[in-house]
Amino acid sequence: MNTLQLRADKISFAYQDKTVLNEIDLAIKPGELVGLIGPNGSGKSTLIKCLSRALVPQHGRVWLNGYELASLAPQQIARHIAVVSQAVELPPGFTAFEIVLMGRVPHLAWWQNENARDKQIARAAMEATATWSLADRLVNHLSGGERQRVVIARALAQEPQVLLLDEPTAHLDVKHQIEVMELVRRLNRERGLAVLVVFHDLNLAAQYCSRLVLFKEGRVYKMGAPRDVIAPDVLREVYGVELLVVPHPQNQRPIALVGGM
Amino acid sequence: MIETKIAYPARQRRGAILLGASCIVIAVGALAATFGSVPIPLDALARMVVAKFPGAQIAATWTPTWETILFDIRLPRVALAALVGAALATSGATYQGLLRNPLADPYLIGVSSGAGLGATIAIVFNIGAISILAFAGALGATALIYALARAGGRTTPTTLILAGVALGAFLSAITSFLMFQNDSAFRTHQIVAWMMGSFALSSWQSVAVMLPYLGIGWVVLYLNARVLNVLQLGDTQAQQLGVPVERVTIILVAAASLITAAAVATSGIIGFVGLIVPHAVRLVWGPDHRFLLPMSALIGATFLIIADTFARTLLSPSELPVGIITAFCGAPFFLYLLRRKKETLI
Repeated sequence: MNTLQLRADKISFAYQDKTVLNEIDLAIKPGELVGLIGPNGSGKSTLIKCLSRALVPQHGRVWLNGYELASLAPQQIARHIAVVSQAVELPPGFTAFEIVLMGRVPHLAWWQNENARDKQIARAAMEATATWSLADRLVNHLSGGERQRVVIARALAQEPQVLLLDEPTAHLDVKHQIEVMELVRRLNRERGLAVLVVFHDLNLAAQYCSRLVLFKEGRVYKMGAPRDVIAPDVLREVYGVELLVVPHPQNQRPIALVGGM
Repeated sequence: MIETKIAYPARQRRGAILLGASCIVIAVGALAATFGSVPIPLDALARMVVAKFPGAQIAATWTPTWETILFDIRLPRVALAALVGAALATSGATYQGLLRNPLADPYLIGVSSGAGLGATIAIVFNIGAISILAFAGALGATALIYALARAGGRTTPTTLILAGVALGAFLSAITSFLMFQNDSAFRTHQIVAWMMGSFALSSWQSVAVMLPYLGIGWVVLYLNARVLNVLQLGDTQAQQLGVPVERVTIILVAAASLITAAAVATSGIIGFVGLIVPHAVRLVWGPDHRFLLPMSALIGATFLIIADTFARTLLSPSELPVGIITAFCGAPFFLYLLRRKKETLI
């Protein structure tokens, strides 16, 4: 059973003298699907980078199951944490299968090549993301949605316990948005992955997440169930706009709407 | 096992292609050794080579002069051209992949300017050991550029390239100054000839001196070929996939610089091989470094053997610098490739 926990303990990060993250406390547990929302520049992507050690916070610590993240080698971290960045650029000339196979990197010594088992795992990851039919296609010939699913397949091939996604639905049309989010939710439920997703779309976040974290200027402004976070007074404080919040007709989750004339 | 149909037609037959290319290197090398002021027929060449093997019973139907020309002059020269071509092409492929920059070549990170300065100092001050000073200059300049690029925080491809261009210009200025204030036209000519590259002074000894450096560099690069593929995703993604980007970069720069420095020290600065050969291979067979590196080495070897054969026969008895031939054939071929396949692969 997956018991891995990723926890940020009062982490702060600044680019030069501009503070982007300010004493963030956040824990993601197995089986949880947490949504991270907030205005542009509020530090969401920076948090994802700190949680995957692409950046190391100047203050505070990130803990991976009792180990400090900064003390672990990149390879050890990548065996547990997979990241899907927003609108990923993939190097042209590689096939989708080759890209997914790169997800096995954390499990190989630097001089080793992938063996049959690695290929089997990559194939299973592609089947789970409905990308196996794209295996032989060059990634530069794929559409945005296909590319995004290939990158998620690569993350799965890492066999992680924690999945961090930075706006995985950016630039996708509504059909692909739903496809990607249904896939993420299924992986979260079936495999017990701890998932943190950065969202731009408040309604998508409210629909899919059990818990929302709302950022404002590098701090956690509010954290809790979607109905507590997506509320007119909270959104007015954070985004500075008047929004109408109504319950979803089927599941009562909050929906934020632009006010009518 | 999983069967996948792969977009580049030849992916399953890579072993066969590499084997075929190796045969071509040997065939072209043998053919090149027949050309020269004293032509040696191919069958005589074959008999002389076979006679060298212990236990071979071949009647000596050739003159001793032929034997001397073949074994002491032509074959070491062909071998050295092949090794240098392979070294430059491999290192060019590595730099293009590592820096994710299509204009990267083996000389980008200071190797040529450092080696040029070393050779110039050796010639101007009449020290003699041109190869040793060129080798030291190449590695010294690379180390200095890496240190400079690092000083500004994390080493990125961009800072490496910029530091390389800046320090390269600085070292070239010193070289030009030394050439300008030196009053011997002979030495100036010697420097210019060295800068354009030549295999005129090849011997089995230079082959033997070069081999260990090439061997070490090649083994390190080939073992890192898969990691080099992952680096194509960019530093952040590679790191998030568990690649220690900083350490891998140092290792790859060191190995690529070592083989380039060894090549430059033995034959001077030969342009275009390290730039166009990896591009040509990438355009035809795709960007997987596990194939790109060995194939570039083989094509680079073939290309430089042919170029050197023209260099020494075109204006016989005098010799052209081989760098002129590589640039003269390389540049138009590169433009042709660009026009034919506009979809750039890096």
